[in-house]
Amino acid sequence: MIDALDLLTNASLWAAVLRIATPLIFGVLGALLCERAGVLNLGIEGIMTMGAMAGWLTVHGGGDLWAGLAVAAVSGALMGLIHAMLTVPLGLSQHVSGLGITLFASALAYYLYRLIVTVGESPPTIEPFRPLDLGPLSDVPFLGQVLFAQTAPTYLALATALLLAWGLARTPLGLAIRMTGENPHAVEAQGLDPIAIRIGAVVAGSALMGVGGAFLTMAAFNSFFPEMVQGRGWICIALVVFASWRPGKALLGALLFAFFDAYQLRLQTAVEGVPYQVFLMAPYLLSIAALILVARRAEVPEALMTPYRRGER
Amino acid sequence: MRFERRAHVPLHLAVAAPLGAVAAALVLAAGLIGAAGVGPLDAYAAMLRGALGSRLAVTEMLTRATPLILTGLAAATAFRARLWNIGGEGQFYLGALTTAWIGHALPLPGPVGVPVLMLCGMAAGAALLAGPAFLRLRFGVDEVVTTLLLNFVVILFVGMMIEGPLRDPLAFGWPQSVPVDGAFRLPDLVPRTRLHLGLLVAVATAGVVWLVLARTTWGLEARAAGLNPRAAAFAGVSLPATIMGVACLSGGLAGLAGAIEVMGVTGGVTTTMSPGFGYAGIVVAMLAALHPAGVVAAAVFVATVFVGADAMGRATGVPSFIADVIVALSLLTMLVALLFTTHRVRR
Amino acid sequence: MTEVLALEGITKRFGPIAANEDVTLHLDRGEVLALLGENGAGKTTLMNILFGHYAADAGEVRVMGRPLPPGRPRAAIDAGVGMVHQHFALAANLTVLDNVVLGSESLWRPRSDRTAARARLLDLSDRFGLPVDPDARVARLSVGERQRVEILKALYRDARILILDEPTAVLARPEAARLFETLRGMARGGLSVVFISHKLHEVMAGADRVAVLRGGRKVAERATADTTPAELAELMVGRRVERPVRRGRRPGAPMLVARDVRTDGLDGVSLTIRSGEILGIVGVSGNGQAALGALLSGLSPPRHGTVTLDGRDVTRHGPRDMIRAGAARIPEDRNAEGVIGEMTVWENAVLERLADFSVGGFVRQRTARRHADALIERFDLRGAASGTRTRLLSGGNIQKLIVGRGLTTDPRFLLAAQPTRGLDEGAIAAVHAALLAARDAGAAILLITEELDEALALADRMQAIVKGRLSDPVAARDADAGRLGLMMAGDWDAV
Repeated sequence: MIDALDLLTNASLWAAVLRIATPLIFGVLGALLCERAGVLNLGIEGIMTMGAMAGWLTVHGGGDLWAGLAVAAVSGALMGLIHAMLTVPLGLSQHVSGLGITLFASALAYYLYRLIVTVGESPPTIEPFRPLDLGPLSDVPFLGQVLFAQTAPTYLALATALLLAWGLARTPLGLAIRMTGENPHAVEAQGLDPIAIRIGAVVAGSALMGVGGAFLTMAAFNSFFPEMVQGRGWICIALVVFASWRPGKALLGALLFAFFDAYQLRLQTAVEGVPYQVFLMAPYLLSIAALILVARRAEVPEALMTPYRRGER
Repeated sequence: MRFERRAHVPLHLAVAAPLGAVAAALVLAAGLIGAAGVGPLDAYAAMLRGALGSRLAVTEMLTRATPLILTGLAAATAFRARLWNIGGEGQFYLGALTTAWIGHALPLPGPVGVPVLMLCGMAAGAALLAGPAFLRLRFGVDEVVTTLLLNFVVILFVGMMIEGPLRDPLAFGWPQSVPVDGAFRLPDLVPRTRLHLGLLVAVATAGVVWLVLARTTWGLEARAAGLNPRAAAFAGVSLPATIMGVACLSGGLAGLAGAIEVMGVTGGVTTTMSPGFGYAGIVVAMLAALHPAGVVAAAVFVATVFVGADAMGRATGVPSFIADVIVALSLLTMLVALLFTTHRVRR
Repeated sequence: MTEVLALEGITKRFGPIAANEDVTLHLDRGEVLALLGENGAGKTTLMNILFGHYAADAGEVRVMGRPLPPGRPRAAIDAGVGMVHQHFALAANLTVLDNVVLGSESLWRPRSDRTAARARLLDLSDRFGLPVDPDARVARLSVGERQRVEILKALYRDARILILDEPTAVLARPEAARLFETLRGMARGGLSVVFISHKLHEVMAGADRVAVLRGGRKVAERATADTTPAELAELMVGRRVERPVRRGRRPGAPMLVARDVRTDGLDGVSLTIRSGEILGIVGVSGNGQAALGALLSGLSPPRHGTVTLDGRDVTRHGPRDMIRAGAARIPEDRNAEGVIGEMTVWENAVLERLADFSVGGFVRQRTARRHADALIERFDLRGAASGTRTRLLSGGNIQKLIVGRGLTTDPRFLLAAQPTRGLDEGAIAAVHAALLAARDAGAAILLITEELDEALALADRMQAIVKGRLSDPVAARDADAGRLGLMMAGDWDAV
């Protein structure tokens, strides 16, 4: 058990926490934005897969890394637009549509990937984002390695969290989004269009999910392979509940989760005699435990999953 | 534009909806097939030949349809009662693993052992869904997320078991569970093919499920609980009991799919034995508009796409992931089609 | 006077039903106009068209002489129209200030100017005598306070024309009187007001002019000074509908007795209903009526206290056990609790007594359908067959189905929670007749209602419910609207 405790003082563990958290932060913020406007987006798992593939493909095809992120965002937004059109103006089941998007987006990503890389071929790699070198800051012992030697998208994720927290709380648009998730009738009665707001939030949130997926192929790894998202999307959906729909708490939740994930990865090698699958199960079981903990206290947006049709109550 | 509820859904629309949805999905997927440099019509022809072009192809397709009927029924029974069971994949695996484990050394004669093993598989699947159902009732935890997450847990658990205590020593290092005893292998329906008795079991199960849902007081109450929980509770339907009952039935059906697949096809369990039967079951249920009879037809369609796409891939080089694309698209188009059967569009 | 608002020839159809047919209305500056009509007469639809929630099929809306583009609430707001919805359009989890400022700033401003908004809200609140706390969460406000927020929302957007949909539905009489005083004051200050109502006395007291709608058409327009409640009543209903009259009857032994019951929403409630008697519970909405209904439906057992039915303890009985013990229930919200719209009439008719219509776990469909047919016949469910989907029935016919399925068992106790809410005169008369018949057959009936007229017409004794507590009972011969109004306001000493 000494080993297990020693791990905690290891800078590489804490650096890994931020790295593992990055896709989750994008994903959880994206899901949160959709849900704050009243739309559950179970397309997240597929949208992240799509983003991972699209980002990788852009760079593989000669594009810039940032162009890759942009393409991932656009591909996510497009998938989100399908979900939004089905669930908002048409008012179809958000559960079923979201699952449909997940099945469709991941199948499409695999299909497009297979058009380029045939079965049996080893997955082509790209030159991924490198950790930034912030000069003297990065050389500070421990903190430098943890905080100042991450890849650019990690800082982007943290900035996005702050921006979303501030935007939802302080701007007129943020208020309109929150109100749409609470009571779309109130929004309509004040002369705004809740349908447009919902579509916009779902598209923007899905773009974030796409970027989160792209981090996997463009920073965490350097290639794309099927099943690589590994339920991260579903974990993000759980984290939104855990965070009680607040961006700040969502950021903390993602970091906390990433810590446990990073820790179990290192425990796997440190602890012997326990099948590695037990450690791999931990993140999923942990998410379920977190849900049980908060479910009754969570402040659910009142109109979440309630379709809005004009002139109907 | 606004939608107005129809007073009645005409039968021709109810039948046209899935057909239209499938047609739309095929048209949309044609573009992607074109992107692979293959003529869509040629590709679809290859697909049809691959799934229906020979006696062997048809039996392969029906073999594939068998678990889909059961996972489709699992999704349909749960969704009817607004229980969002997305854990069919996990329930399938747990049912399969339990069957292989117990069936490996069950001291019973075949004709007795087979139904016992089916019940074991059902019990495993039911238990797996009872957990999330309980969490929803007791703590208000959304079952969508819990059932989804449990899929990953179960597959890891299966991996752990087949590399550990249930490892098949005769599989030469290939991670596979011990197989069910030969006495419990389901007999072939057509000699020298993989098609087995499980197909008849699945179709009969669809009939039983229909009878239970449409004709029994429990079925009526479960439907009431799904359509309007408050009114059902007011009428004295016990929501917790009904939801737990639905969970056991739904999880049990998915577990039965796993049991039958093990006894009919694979013998032992691997972590790749399901090409997404649980998830595809959701599509099957939706294409069937959650009706048990429709589930059989929808499962045949989905199996045709999957089996046909493999053949098409070999013949034309189009990646066989096109099958997943077509199936997912038909779920989305079916959702829209269902809207047009229940509503009419006004200005 | 100058005309501020004109509706010309408004027609609106929903499917085959015309909700409004060629309606023309005019409103002057500083005027209070009442829109009077029965439930379903098309009042709310008309106002929703004015505000842009719906687009009319024909006709035109002009504000200050300029036509309003159809179907755009934003345009109506910008033109100076403000609407106070009957079901408040507020987000309960947000603050008063949030609810008020939404939509008043450009969405793309980088920052909301809260300081200025708060000052403006407080100024308006002061000027119009509508006190609110800008930082309170709406969920914590009383209905009266929420209504103030709704009015302030409109004023914040510089409304010149204020529309109020059934504004007194949730208010006690004294509160309602205060509201009309406020509206009067606003009108004197140059605002124009339209309010929707089906209550004659408040139309007579609160409005300068009244337009009467019936079946979607405007049938009359009068200055309130030139008309009488009797004339308005006749114009509103059109035909004379005789409501059944309660006849004297000596009540029997105590049938349903509750002693010191405490639940979420009830604070030490005791009551006794004798067989052959109707006990009316009157009160302003949200004072514990729902909790009382849930308790006696068998949905929420109390923390403390007992309930007996015909001497037997039913305190912890669920719905099915209550029914078996001889209870019948009419729930407060017929669509949310009473029936399952997607199920057929026969399924709804037998759902609460499935055991009587099944054998070996299977539903005896033929028996159930015959039962439903008999019910349709006896309670005159027009246009319904046993296989009809229930949601296709009108509100009145759905209510007859609910009343009928309860009464076919000749219950010893009947809970009737808001039994005529939202029904038209014909259906009200039918429900009243059914309740009185059950009483005369010996049932003990608990009538929970917000309509004083209904309580006065049906109940043998009345108690007011205020904040989960019951007043002492008053016999029908000692009760009148004024006295009940005071009781509902919690002024029990004055009684």
